[in-house]
Amino acid sequence: MYAWIWAHLPGPLAVRVALALILVLAVVFVLFQWVFPAIAPFVPFNDNTVSDG
Amino acid sequence: MFRSVFRGLGELLITVGLLLLLFVGWQLWWTDVQANREQAGITAELQKSWGDDSRQAPVSANQVDQAEPPVPAQPAEGEPFAIIRIPRFGADYQPRPIIEGTSLDLLARGVGHYEGTALPGQVGNFALAGHRVTYGKPFNLIAELKPGDPIIVETTDTWYIYRMRSSLIVTPDRVDVVAPVPEQPGAEPTERLLTMTACHPMYSARQRYIVHAALDRWQPKSAGEPVELQEVG
Repeated sequence: MYAWIWAHLPGPLAVRVALALILVLAVVFVLFQWVFPAIAPFVPFNDNTVSDG
Repeated sequence: MFRSVFRGLGELLITVGLLLLLFVGWQLWWTDVQANREQAGITAELQKSWGDDSRQAPVSANQVDQAEPPVPAQPAEGEPFAIIRIPRFGADYQPRPIIEGTSLDLLARGVGHYEGTALPGQVGNFALAGHRVTYGKPFNLIAELKPGDPIIVETTDTWYIYRMRSSLIVTPDRVDVVAPVPEQPGAEPTERLLTMTACHPMYSARQRYIVHAALDRWQPKSAGEPVELQEVG
């Protein structure tokens, strides 16, 4: 998968490295902004209340 | 053929590992960064909306001793209405906003007030929930509280000084700890209490750490800051 992405990045080495970096940052941003907050209610760190629910 | 399958599998496993690490990093570090900033903003805005309380008529210490403590108006769900300070948590402990409600998204914005429980100064149990880890972890050091430690609640016009009384560890279904008389559901309250709940052990949902406190005294904001703010353990 990673080899395939790398092979399809255009331009000389420096441009490819920059593009790869941007891709990684974009993925991290999407995870931090939307994916992880959606998962958070299901991990056990976050229960601080008493309830009968 | 086999080679590419194994290679794909290897890449997949590495990716899953990286994603898990990234999630832990997000949960334990980034939520703190975000929540600390957001909560500081909410506190500042609340203080700004309260304005200059020195305009209020001063009340003598004698009057305060005899009078019933004032009770703030019922806040709407999601509304910040008070600020909590706990000297035992250290001089660098950021004053935290108290928000009406205890859902997960509200607890990211501050300390949550169990809806339907007493308000500050009211007879009954002013019950609060806070994160012990993640999202700014306002109750991170809850297990450090010792009997007698001040827990100070500020509202628009009043300082309420509660003092820690006892702690206990319970299962998450023990809603009686936030009852008007803790651990005695249905009993008629006569005292002004405060209860804090947080997860226990840290990073686990297995139990809850509970702290009970009782109102020691109160003073109007016009009387200045309470001396208990300077109290250290």
